[in-house]
Order: sequence, then structure tokens, then C-alpha cells
Amino acid sequence: MKRLLWIPRALGLGVLAFLIFGPISNLLLWAFAEKWFYPHALPTDWGFGYWGRVFSPRGGAWEALANSVSVALLTVALSLALSIPAGYALARLPLPARALILISFLIPQAFPNLTVYVNIARVFYQIGLNGTIAGVVIVHTVHGLVLSVWIATAAFAAVPVDGEEAARSMGAGPLRAFLDVTLPQAMPGLLAAAIFVFLESLDEFTGSYFVGAPDVQMLPLTLFTAAAGGNYQIASITALVLLVPSVVFMLAVERFLKADVLSRIGK
Amino acid sequence: MNATLPSDGPRPGPFGSGQPAPTAMQTAPHHPPFRRRAALPLAGLALVAPALLSVLVFFVLPLAASVEGAFRTPEGRGLANFVKLAELYRADILFTLLIVGLSTLLTGLIATAIAGYLTLGQNPRAVAILRWLYRWPLFIPFVVTAQIMRTFLAKSGMLNASLSTLGLADAATLGSWLDWRGIVLAFVWKQTPFVTLLLAGAMAALDRGTIEAARNLGASRFRVLWDIVLPQAARTLMTGLILSFVTMMSVLSVPLMINAQSPTMITADIAFRINAYGDYGVANALGVVSLLMTGAFAILYLRLGLRERR
Repeated sequence: MKRLLWIPRALGLGVLAFLIFGPISNLLLWAFAEKWFYPHALPTDWGFGYWGRVFSPRGGAWEALANSVSVALLTVALSLALSIPAGYALARLPLPARALILISFLIPQAFPNLTVYVNIARVFYQIGLNGTIAGVVIVHTVHGLVLSVWIATAAFAAVPVDGEEAARSMGAGPLRAFLDVTLPQAMPGLLAAAIFVFLESLDEFTGSYFVGAPDVQMLPLTLFTAAAGGNYQIASITALVLLVPSVVFMLAVERFLKADVLSRIGK
Repeated sequence: MNATLPSDGPRPGPFGSGQPAPTAMQTAPHHPPFRRRAALPLAGLALVAPALLSVLVFFVLPLAASVEGAFRTPEGRGLANFVKLAELYRADILFTLLIVGLSTLLTGLIATAIAGYLTLGQNPRAVAILRWLYRWPLFIPFVVTAQIMRTFLAKSGMLNASLSTLGLADAATLGSWLDWRGIVLAFVWKQTPFVTLLLAGAMAALDRGTIEAARNLGASRFRVLWDIVLPQAARTLMTGLILSFVTMMSVLSVPLMINAQSPTMITADIAFRINAYGDYGVANALGVVSLLMTGAFAILYLRLGLRERR
């Protein structure tokens, strides 16, 4: 009886593998299909023709890619500048209404951003931030702040207090003790926060549309326009370009996000 | 200087506030920094303030403006937008609640099953494969997920092709899956790895002793998962599900790209009201409705959290 247990196990893993890789490979097929008509199970013509169109100077994909990556990098920098002090305070220092402060970072994700971004776009338009990289970076930062603050808080909470206290009692100032002792130990968790923020920014669609477009063209917008136009190949190729950084980070995330940090997120 | 290091006397608490008086007196002459600890609540607030202020200025204020806008009508303040909303979008509100609720439930169930197997599974190879497998959709953007599902769930997509190849269904009778099922599948596909990652991390940090003891006493793996492991990781599960819930309530690309016909989700309706009619009143009112839904869910979380702290 026990020897037959591999059958349901293999069946379960197989179904799961199909549900995860089936959709992805369907997208891959479309990215390299020149011609594909119903009811053919596979494309009848393969090639890179559509890749040339996407990455031609008039295709706009290079510009969108450059915009998307620079916005994401700037968003990471701004998020960490805000989250490292906040996370340290939430993890280590006595704060009134701590639970309330933690939950308030959830606000930007707790409301359909659409109407909010419309109002932001109006204000940004008046002060000249609409249609600029800076405007999009601000919107992306606020949107991803819940992840970076919560993960930074968990990362600092997982660092033992002893080292910092020893440094302080040997005469190190608070900033010195923080920079030399606590920050390096919290670094893997903070890197994980940076990764999440980077991908959130790459993924972000609504804010980019209202605050960025049409002056700042971003990849998700390029993808959406192609999909709305019914062009499966161009949409799939753009999707594939967005997919690559995601998969790379996916393979690396557990190196940064250890169990002792994970179990403290949101507390 | 080293000679004056404090011995292992009573330690200050982790948050430094309940400092015992004798220790403070002994160390005070050599360690003036400890006097600054009295001012720490202010220091903490000052460190949190920039992050908190950016949420306030760039989200809460525009949010307040949109709530205010929900009650603004050509004839002054009133409920006209909500009356119109109830006429036009009652079905969509229910549709949204059902889709997001079902997706959250399925995400929780599948994440629990996967994380549970990762924690309690006895076949090392199967655990390793599963650990490698489940995370793939984790960081795939929602726009990409929507496009992926558009190809996979289409009438001529790979799902239908595989079902008919396996003889599980007749190709002629299979239609497109791109309706409410498509939205739920896209949400569950994208959110399950995220919740699983959090949950498996929490489960891995648990004390193995009780788990082994229960197993030795003959408890089945399902019972161990349900009675011992899951209750201890329940807070992490709830945190993950809340983040998923609010994410699904905010995503515009998935409903727009998978199922934009009626009935559809509130997010698609808001975009439509603004793009097609420039009707900010009803759009803002729809925003208020989804705020109420997520607010109810957040309150549930806060109450669970408070009950546990007592």
C-alpha cells in the first residue's frame, strides 16, 4: 500500500505543474508564433518577425523599458529612505498607537487606487508633476510602502537587541551603533523589501496610466494597449519582457527573506 | 573603559522603556546616552513621520477628496450618485464581493495545503519539487498574468486543447473560460504563491517538538496541520489573505483584460465611468463602496489581532 503512494503524489505535482507552467508556455508560444489559427494546437509558422516590430525604433519598447526600470530603481531608493527609519522605530522604539501606525501603511492598497490617482493627477497637473518620472515615482512609492515598511519592521525585529546595546555601552552613538551593528544584520530583509518594491513598481498599472501617460510611456501600458488592440503576439512579447526580472527575483527571494523575518511580517 | 561594562544584571526590556532603576543609576555616570532614552517616544515618532506623512499627503488627502466627491452633485451635496450607482451597478457590487471572496477563500485553502505539505511532507524529493514549483507566479505582474490567462483560457487556448486531448471533454462543447472563472483563476494563480511563501515561513519557524510528539502519538498529518500547525500560523495566514484581498480589490488590469462585459468588477466600472462619461461622482461613489468592503475586512483583522494580544 505504502509503495503505491507515489501515484497520487506524482499526479498532484503533475497537475500543479501543468496549472503553473501551462499558462506561461501558452504565452511563450504566442511570443514566437508568426501564424496561429484555430483549430491548430500549435502555431503553423514560427519566427522572430514580431520581435523586430516591437524593438524597432518606432515600436517604443526600448523607451518604455528604460522608463519602467528607472522609475522602479528610483522608487526603491525613495522607499528605503522612508522605510528604514520607520521600520526601525516600529520594531525597536516605544510608539503610541503602534498597531494603528502599522495598519495605516496598508491604506494605499486598501482602496481601489483609480479614483485616488485621478485626484492625485489633478493636483500633480497644477504643480507640474503630472507626466513626469518624479510624479510616477511618488505614486509608486506610496503604493509599495506597506510592503517595504512591514518587511523592514520585521527585519529589524528579527535582529537581536544585544549587539546594539553592547555597542552603545562601549560608547558608540546611536547612529554609529545602528549603521555598524543593526543595519548590516537587517540587510537581507531590507534587500527583500527592495525586491518587492521594485517588482511592485514594474507591475503598477493604474497610477502610471493616470499620472504618467501619455508623456511617460511604461511597459505595462504598452502591453495593455497591444492586448486591447487584439494583437496577441505583441502583447505576449511585451509580457515576456516584463516576466524576465520577475523570474530572476523569484529564484533569489528566499536567500534574502529568512523564516525568522517572514514570521514577523505584519506584527 | 572596558572595565566598566555592566554585568549581566537585570536587562532592559526589548523596547527599552521598563528600565529598572538600579541599573540606570549604576550605569548613568558612564553612559549618558541612556538619559536620552526618556525622550524616545518622540524619536520614534520623528522616524516614522516621513513615511506616514507621504501616505497622508499622497494618498489619504486624495482619498478624502474622492469620498467628498462621491457626495458632490450638480445640485449640491446629496446622495444622487449613490442612487444612480444602486440602479446601475448593484449586480457588479455583488459580483465583485463574490469574486474577491471566492478568490481569497481558494487562495487560503491552496496556500494552506501547499505550506502544510512543505512543513509535514515525508518524501524529501516531493517536498523539494513542490518548493521549487509553487513560487513561479509570485512576481509575475498582474498585467502579465492577465495576458497569460487570456491565451491559456481562451476557447482555442491550451487548457481546452489539453482537456480534449486527454479525452476529459469534447473540444466542440468547450467554450472560453474568460468570464468570472477567468478572473478567479487569474487572482488565485497570482496570489497563492505569495500567501504560501508567508505561511510556509511561519510554519517553518514553529517548534518541531510538538509536531513530532503528535505524529508519534499517531495523529494523522491532516490533524497535525489543522489542530497544531495552522492555529499557530493563523495570524500570518490572515495577514497574507488581507494583503491579497485588498490587492484584488485594487487591480484594474485583470478585470479589464479578462472580462470587461457586464457583470464585471467595480474597478472596471470606475475606469469606464471616467473614460466614457467623465462622471467623477458615480466613480467616486463606487470607490466608497469598495472602501466599505475592504474596511470590513480590515476591522475583522484588527479584532482578531486584539483578541490574541489579550
